[in-house]
Amino acid sequence: MNPSTAPSEPPVLEIRRLRKGFAEREVLRDISFQVPTGSIVSILGRSGTGKSVLLKCVVGLLEADSGEMFYRGAPLAKSECRIALRRASSYVFQHNALFDSATVRENVLLPLQARGTGSPKEWDKNVRDVLARLELEDAAERYPAELSGGMQKRLAVARALVTQPELVFFDEPTAGLDPLRRNAVFAMISKLQRERGFTAVVVTHDVQEALVVSSRILWLDAGLVRFDGPAAEFETSDDAQICEFRDNIAALRTALRS
Amino acid sequence: MFVDQIGKFTLSRLEAAGRWTLFSGASLLHVRSGGALGSRLARSVFELGVRCIPVIAIVSAFAGLVLGLQGHYVLSRFGASGMLGTLVSLSLCRELGPVLAALMIAGQAGTALAAELGIQRSTEQIDAIELLDISPEGFLAGARLFASLLVFPSLTALFVIVGVAGGWLSGCVLLPQDPDAYWAAVHSALRGRDVFECLLKAAVFGLLTTSLCAYQGFNAHRSGEAGARAVGIATVRGIVLSSIAILAADYLITAALL
Repeated sequence: MNPSTAPSEPPVLEIRRLRKGFAEREVLRDISFQVPTGSIVSILGRSGTGKSVLLKCVVGLLEADSGEMFYRGAPLAKSECRIALRRASSYVFQHNALFDSATVRENVLLPLQARGTGSPKEWDKNVRDVLARLELEDAAERYPAELSGGMQKRLAVARALVTQPELVFFDEPTAGLDPLRRNAVFAMISKLQRERGFTAVVVTHDVQEALVVSSRILWLDAGLVRFDGPAAEFETSDDAQICEFRDNIAALRTALRS
Repeated sequence: MFVDQIGKFTLSRLEAAGRWTLFSGASLLHVRSGGALGSRLARSVFELGVRCIPVIAIVSAFAGLVLGLQGHYVLSRFGASGMLGTLVSLSLCRELGPVLAALMIAGQAGTALAAELGIQRSTEQIDAIELLDISPEGFLAGARLFASLLVFPSLTALFVIVGVAGGWLSGCVLLPQDPDAYWAAVHSALRGRDVFECLLKAAVFGLLTTSLCAYQGFNAHRSGEAGARAVGIATVRGIVLSSIAILAADYLITAALL
């Protein structure tokens, strides 16, 4: 079969004409995009453009007003498809949402217990593995409140990855972290994504870091998708708003250096 | 306009009552969701029950002491001071024991439950549980509801026993009542029907208190406020509604069983 005519793999996630509003304010007006399998898609945009709302609509924490969503070609309007998406995906919350009355080990164990597949021995092994990979094994019996901000973020990622999901949603994974830790978090996402092969959807404000690790960029503005394409195209885009944003960042860096 | 507002208020209260009923049903139905039911039950019994033993013991001792004192004073005026044991035991078993014990547990454990769930709501921990495909109602409130069926009757029994002993101390040690006549009156006054009413009330109060406090914490975000203020409102509503529900249910059960 000619490769050019071969049916391509359906995107892991497809969103069509999504709308969502609160009271009088329409946050998402007409959002359509696809998330190709194995990619890192970063959703960028100014504050208040509905990036986190979009993510929460996709996973079902918020109900969209209209539009269609598909997981591997199946409509998420069907409850069995939504359950399948939940089982195959994980979500890293902006403020981590760690279970504060559970230890680090218990936080990571809970998704495995909830899934119920495998034996307690296998769960323990998986928990030890993921804690070791994220350098948290020494903190296994500590509580989230006893950890530093960076460790809490790593714990949130460990909890998300312990079930070996095929799709991981990151909502502002670097919120509240210093620049060094921000770089470390993006490097960690990129490294883990390469090792484990999951698809990642990342909502972030950190344009420079996102451009380095992402295969696609989605730029939201006023509830609409203003840019959807490869990261390389975003860097050379002649869209006025994107140019202005890039110029602002460049000016800020120059000012900081001087 | 006034009638319109009354109508809207009534509808909103009915809607809240419906949501509370659904919440309680889901909590009991999905109690196994998330696994580790045994440890959750044990923890719930400890938090609702064991931690409340000191306050129950202290309040019941003083309740018995006051009943003995007042009973001696009132009954002596009618030449019926030999009935002190009957007065103290029946008052505590049929009425004061279940009501005061439930109010004490609501004040200590109920408020703690509402605050804990309210914080878990405001820090997105409940959303995280939902995304793990766990029923948050069953996981967070289910075990506590079942534990309340054990804890409230047990603590009420403790309340009655310590209270009757307090009546003896007040009437027969500090005042010149005959101890043999006191215990004989207690023994002859209490019947199986009284004990049944006592334990039935305790179990009903336990379910009402626990489900109302859990519901308020779980839905802290619906108060129209956010963060710490929402948690505060949920905690206050939990204890106020629990207290009203305890007294209303007390009247209904008493009227039904008399």
